[in-house]
Amino acid sequence: MTWGLTNVRVGFGHRIALDGVTVPAGPASVTVVVGGDGAGKSTCLKALVGLVRPQEGSVRRPARERIGYVPATAGLYADLTVQQNLDFSASAYRLPAGQRVQREQQLLERTGLAGVRRRLGGQLSGGMQRKLAAALALLHAPDLLVLDEPTTGVDPVSRVELWRLISAAAAQGTAVVVATTYVNEAARGASVVLLEAGKVLASGSPDAILRGVPGVVGIAARAGAVRPGPLSWRRGTGWRVWAPDGELPAGVERTAPDFDDAVVVAELAAQAGR
Amino acid sequence: MWAMVAKEFRQLRRDRRTVAMMIVLPVVLLVVFGYAANFDVHDIPTVVVGPGARQAAASLRPPFHVTDVVPDAGTATARSKLQDGQAVVAVVTGGTDVDVLLDGTQLFSVETAEGALAKLAATRGAPQGAPPVREQILYNPKLTTSWVMVPGLAGLILVFVGTLITSLGVVRERQTGTLEQLAVMPLRARDVIAGKIAPYLMVAAVDLTAIVLIGMGLFGVPFTGNVATFALGAALFLLVTLGMGVLISTVSQNQGQAIQLAFMIMLPQVLLSGLIFPVTSMAPGVRWISYVLPLTYFIQISRGVMLKATPISALWQPLGLLALLAVVVLGLAIARFRRELAPSGRRGRDAEPRDRDSEAVAA
Repeated sequence: MTWGLTNVRVGFGHRIALDGVTVPAGPASVTVVVGGDGAGKSTCLKALVGLVRPQEGSVRRPARERIGYVPATAGLYADLTVQQNLDFSASAYRLPAGQRVQREQQLLERTGLAGVRRRLGGQLSGGMQRKLAAALALLHAPDLLVLDEPTTGVDPVSRVELWRLISAAAAQGTAVVVATTYVNEAARGASVVLLEAGKVLASGSPDAILRGVPGVVGIAARAGAVRPGPLSWRRGTGWRVWAPDGELPAGVERTAPDFDDAVVVAELAAQAGR
Repeated sequence: MWAMVAKEFRQLRRDRRTVAMMIVLPVVLLVVFGYAANFDVHDIPTVVVGPGARQAAASLRPPFHVTDVVPDAGTATARSKLQDGQAVVAVVTGGTDVDVLLDGTQLFSVETAEGALAKLAATRGAPQGAPPVREQILYNPKLTTSWVMVPGLAGLILVFVGTLITSLGVVRERQTGTLEQLAVMPLRARDVIAGKIAPYLMVAAVDLTAIVLIGMGLFGVPFTGNVATFALGAALFLLVTLGMGVLISTVSQNQGQAIQLAFMIMLPQVLLSGLIFPVTSMAPGVRWISYVLPLTYFIQISRGVMLKATPISALWQPLGLLALLAVVVLGLAIARFRRELAPSGRRGRDAEPRDRDSEAVAA
């Protein structure tokens, strides 16, 4: 069964938060929703889990018992211990006693939180808190796991661990939807939705998005302080240049765009289209 | 410094509720409490019984307000009228003396009545053959203030616990974002509210027991009535105050706002519930406020049961009104809370498709 949003439109008063957004969420796969702050990622996820009612379009989701959701805020009780947080989630999702102990143990080991069972949620580091929040959402082995920026503000090691947790859930059949501001995380998804100002700039598999980059992208051979043109951006010490018509200026060498380039080109193309 | 002043005003303008608290509230409070703060009693409900009842009733002048004249009844009827709160003064005729029974739980009314009786005796002198008047204060013979205050204070403390602590508990969930997560969990709105309220209800019940026991131990306040009647009144009253707490939380974005609102609800209860000033002495324009405050009815119940052993049959009115308030307040709280927990509309339907393994929502 495939979950997700189809042509969803959400508005708050006069402001349109989502405009014709489609986000697929297939079983055993990870969908990454990428976008900057205010792009509509959280609204997208809230519409998916039922916290926001769409004005148009359709939403397919499992019954509540089969959804796991980690909001952008902590998603755990700061004044409960790790174990007590797990106990609350287990009771809320009515997990049978035998299964509960086994699942808790499994997730605590996988998140590296087994040694801090008795520590208060609020006393955990940022990364540990996000891992615990993910563990709480995974406890009942949901059909649909929705995580809102689980890796924002998390150190690189914890980030890798979190992604391992997410991938493992997908490997066991869960449909996972992750929102992130980190473009490089998009490549971890089987499908990617690139959001900007409530609209989809590009979507598809990471490969398809790379193949779909219009025009050509080049590297300014001699990195200088002078920007080569309006359709260029800094990468490291050099410049990248996008040529929609395929004609790169002199001194710019053609290169295969990576995902970072694809995102910038999509935004530039959207701006040009406006 | 001006940069700071300008910034402060701009921030203040955003927080309309605080501005209202600072400007409108003091004016409203002054007017309301000015009319309510009145120790003068002008109207004392009086019942006259016995063979000479008609004659005695005719001779009574304000502040005595004769509500009932029963010539063929005696002391027992007079006492039960006081016990049931139908009268504050009962005049019993037909004996060698005229007995005037006074309800000692109504401090100001009794003091006014005593003064009026003394004045009456002085102006009338002692006419030939008139039987002597014998006053008897019931339930609180020494007119001890703490006896009257403790049953009311118990209610006031419960208002603090119920309204403030509950609203803070719910608002904290919203601030930390856990409310959002609860909304996604397979919990019904009423389960969330019940689960949220139940612990506070238990704590408040323990609180109440402690307050009453301490009141009895330290201040010698009697508990003459039925514990079950008292418990019923307390339970209904607690449901109203806890419901108010939830209601406050649904209209507050943060703990500061919740505290402000809770105080706006608690302050009138201190002054308008009959805890300090007699409700009957208040100007009619503000008296109606007393009648929508739960503490007004709890005080009637707690003073009645503890001091006068008022039976449940005489307390159906405050008990019924508390029950009505509980239904209205909790109903509103649940409705608002449910709307917050279920913007998609699905939480409102209990017929959640549990049998299906999915749901499709088309807008």
